[in-house]
Amino acid sequence: MLSIISLSIFGIVNLFLGFLKSRRILLPATLLFLIVALILNSMDWNQQALYFGDMLRVNNVFVNFAGIVLITALLIVGISRHFGNDEEHTHPAEYYAILLFSVTGALMMIGFENLIMLFVGVEVLSVAMYVLTGTDKRNIRSNEAALKYFLMGSFATGLLLFGVAMVYGATGSFKLGGIASYVQMASMYGAVSPLLYVGLLFLFIGMLFKVSAAPFHFWTPDVYEGAPTIFTAFMSTVVKTAGFAAFYKIASTAFAGVYGFWAQSLAVMAVLTLLIGNITAAYQGSFKRMMAYSSISHAGYLLLAVVAKVPSSQSAILFYSLSYSLATVAAFGVLMAVSESRQFEGRGDDRYEAFNGLAKTNPLLAFVLTVSMLSLAGIPLTAGFWGKFFIFSAAVQANLTSLLVIAVLMSCVGIYYYFRVIIAMYLKPAEGEGISVSAGFTLTLVLTTVLTLLLGVFPDVVKNIF
Amino acid sequence: MIPEVVQRIPLQYYIFFASALFVIGIVGVLTRRNAIIIFMSVELMLNAVNLLLIAFSTYRSDPNGQVFVFFIMAVAAAEVAVGLAIIVMIYRNVRSVDIGLLNKLKW
Repeated sequence: MLSIISLSIFGIVNLFLGFLKSRRILLPATLLFLIVALILNSMDWNQQALYFGDMLRVNNVFVNFAGIVLITALLIVGISRHFGNDEEHTHPAEYYAILLFSVTGALMMIGFENLIMLFVGVEVLSVAMYVLTGTDKRNIRSNEAALKYFLMGSFATGLLLFGVAMVYGATGSFKLGGIASYVQMASMYGAVSPLLYVGLLFLFIGMLFKVSAAPFHFWTPDVYEGAPTIFTAFMSTVVKTAGFAAFYKIASTAFAGVYGFWAQSLAVMAVLTLLIGNITAAYQGSFKRMMAYSSISHAGYLLLAVVAKVPSSQSAILFYSLSYSLATVAAFGVLMAVSESRQFEGRGDDRYEAFNGLAKTNPLLAFVLTVSMLSLAGIPLTAGFWGKFFIFSAAVQANLTSLLVIAVLMSCVGIYYYFRVIIAMYLKPAEGEGISVSAGFTLTLVLTTVLTLLLGVFPDVVKNIF
Repeated sequence: MIPEVVQRIPLQYYIFFASALFVIGIVGVLTRRNAIIIFMSVELMLNAVNLLLIAFSTYRSDPNGQVFVFFIMAVAAAEVAVGLAIIVMIYRNVRSVDIGLLNKLKW
């Protein structure tokens, strides 16, 4: 709980640091703030408590999810190197501050115990992300992404709120416990108010918009492609982790009593998400856009764990989010380095061709990207394999056999498009000279790779915590 | 205690009215091409939700729903600030707020 308060204070402090002449201090300061928040967060371990008028629950699940979000944010700040150097990005203090604020929103989404807190958390996270998407002010693509994200995001918020209002009308409570006890009682006597079903439907649609599951995914590729790469990395990791934490919490606690009502439709959406995400990703010519579709497909795997709703789903979602976040940060980090040094049609090159021969010019970057792609594809000895393994075993426990078959088939499709970039790096001739990257940037990328491999070899170390 | 003035209109009427407003908002978002009008439609959706919450809250004599409305109003104001800033930023670049002109990213 202290982590939430401290992060919002640190965000304001960061804004004041922007008055200083020297911009060098901003990056270390933000890293320090996030590390402090991480330490404060780990102090909540084994402390069951409710805060803010029973609106926020802190328990080990909160600490785990918040830990993943904070570590991801740390890594992303670690690869944000060009914030203060060029004229286009003249407000680095604001960017770091907004980043901290959006992490605050993510933590509120993870720990909510009252739908008011969920709504405020979603909005703090989303409004911050609208701003960050449009930070490249002169770039029309960034503008377009910001507008699309904003319009679709506020539309989704409207749907979410309508759902909340309907659920309130049926149950008379915004508290998860209050809703759960109403649903339990009403479904026992077979007298569930139709308002509850309408509310549940809209609430779920709103959440599915936020985590970009099909058929509500159509904004994702455009927004991910248009946004500055560093914020794309943030969107596809932190927002997704927080979104699924909130989604699983609301589905498994408040609406556990009407599982039969939502499980079927959610299963259909999981299949749709897996199919659309993976098959469309295979057709993309741009690496960045492929990563956007890949993030949709990973939402599909995570939905599988939500549909299963067995006790092990929670830890499966945790492990999957962690492995996915690590691999995605590494992939976007390498993409940033490559597309900044190679131009195509007057802007950073984010096609597969940009990676041609990277193994010869920059073996380290190529290795980092290879490990991250292997992890995303779910190849053994990487974290991604165990992430998929835990999700699939949760699905087996819930007897979701047909869903499982589709998921396994689709992860084979995934191997095809993840390996395209590996082939480009190792088998194509090199174009252009090597890319120079700073020490801190390299260190962060190596750290993500080491963590991915460690989790791949010793998954039990982390799995026992979750 | 439900005020007598409110009681004269059944709760269903409030639900139908709010839902109608909400649907008008959704249709506006999906069919209009002007960013500002889409934005107004989103606000209409939020106000439909506010109305719904107040109606439920009054009929249940439970203040929680009205507190939620304050949160929605405050957050919607923050959203308006960011949204209009984004629209102004786009207007400076392309001299239009028609979303049809924004096709640099393929759908």
